[in-house]
Amino acid sequence: MIDRREQVLAHVVLGVFALIALAPVVRIVLGTGSLATAWDDGNFSTSLRTSAIVTVSVVLVSGVLSILAGYAFGLMRFRGEQVLFYVIVLGLTIPMEAIVVPLYYDLREAGLTDTYWALILPQAALSTAFGTFWMRAFFRSVPRSLIEAARLDGSSSWMTLWRVVLPLGRPAVLTMVVLVFMWTWNEFLLALVMVSDESLRTAPLGLAFFQGRNTSDEGLLMAGALIVAAPVVVVYLFLQRHFIRGMLSGAVKG
Amino acid sequence: MTRPPGEPRRVAYLYLLPGLALFGAFVLYPLARAGWISLFEWDGVTRGTWVGADNYAALAEDADLRRAFLHSAVLLVFYAALPVAIGLVLAGAASRTRVRGLAALRTILFLPQVIALVVVALTWRLIYQPTGWLGDFDLALPAVGLIGTWVAYGLCFVLFLAGVQKVPLSLYDAARVDGAGALREFFAVTLPALKGEIAVALTLCTIAALRNFDIVYLTTAGGPGDATSVPALEVYERAFETGEVGLAAAIGVCLAAIIFALSFAINRTAERAART
Repeated sequence: MIDRREQVLAHVVLGVFALIALAPVVRIVLGTGSLATAWDDGNFSTSLRTSAIVTVSVVLVSGVLSILAGYAFGLMRFRGEQVLFYVIVLGLTIPMEAIVVPLYYDLREAGLTDTYWALILPQAALSTAFGTFWMRAFFRSVPRSLIEAARLDGSSSWMTLWRVVLPLGRPAVLTMVVLVFMWTWNEFLLALVMVSDESLRTAPLGLAFFQGRNTSDEGLLMAGALIVAAPVVVVYLFLQRHFIRGMLSGAVKG
Repeated sequence: MTRPPGEPRRVAYLYLLPGLALFGAFVLYPLARAGWISLFEWDGVTRGTWVGADNYAALAEDADLRRAFLHSAVLLVFYAALPVAIGLVLAGAASRTRVRGLAALRTILFLPQVIALVVVALTWRLIYQPTGWLGDFDLALPAVGLIGTWVAYGLCFVLFLAGVQKVPLSLYDAARVDGAGALREFFAVTLPALKGEIAVALTLCTIAALRNFDIVYLTTAGGPGDATSVPALEVYERAFETGEVGLAAAIGVCLAAIIFALSFAINRTAERAART
């Protein structure tokens, strides 16, 4: 039987660390100056639009490609399956820091730096490695009898995927979507390297430049921070189960 | 499962093609290119000169680079060891009692994980401003490290909490009947049950520590002097500021190899621990 003192102590420890976790966030919210001034000065209407375009594109492209590849890995047998799967797993540990240098010089050569392509394609590729891994696990959990039944009904593998199997996978797809959304929205290094055109700055990159110009005005900085962090935090508050479930599975973003 | 599910099907390749093509073109090919570029001395503009493994030798010899990797090792304590330790204490506390508002607690503790690191860096710079720590040669590195601790300990806690909730209550009851105190119960029941979760947490935190670019670049930019330089920052500076592209590529390749080796080793150890 646990005594009262111990219970109080446990609550105090948990409470203190919760406060520490929350304090910087509270500071942003309370310290926020004029959102309207920050919005105009930081040119956030442009950078939020760029971030939205990039994020939606990455989520759509990597989502569809991951579903297709995960379907093949999860429910089909073919030569080279294991080797190809190991390549995908290897992809989960490759950091953007290792490939950003050749990416920059090759994309510059192709005239693609300072375009949406440079922001979308590398992130979609890295996210596809994670998404394929994630969706494969879902497809493996689908009861075989369901697929057999669909086949006996004469359903093609394509129709089986979209009509029979995927409707069961909504939670898995949603988890993948929120994680890729968060990683893409928060990405900084790729944007820093690929973009010099001010109109193509993503929200985090725009905020970094905004910080460079306004180091003295704390209220404006906090307002900018709030604008950039808010979209992901709001989605998190509604779908936190998916964020936590996905990240707890050991999901690593490249 | 010995037999992979599903029928042998050629059509599988069609489903794989688009994803693998994109992954090959924008991840694998650049990685191979990084390996190739790392064998040259190249300023990014003129023609490069073949230098073989010289750039890798420089990784060991260049004092600045050695220091950057050393800083990374120090940051591992703050980004991985400390968050795991705090996470364990918190999970231990939560396992002993019926905590009121556990769901809200989880939401709050996990929150730092979803905030853009750019925002995290900016906020902590303001928090540190009155202390002057970020400009202090001795304190800058631990100060940057504590930001990483703040980001990660909630993730560790939530991970361990999920593990604790899987422990059969009978184990705790048995320990309590034996008269085990909080400490003994933690080491006898909670800790052994969490091996897998600890491995996952260590992997995630280690990778975050080694890749660390955003926080350092935006709080200290490696300063004062090079008191907080880290490998990822060196990659950026050498490739895009000082025109040592070959060396930058070599640092990147090394970083990828270390991350791969460490996450492999951590998971291997956990698997072995789980079997015994």
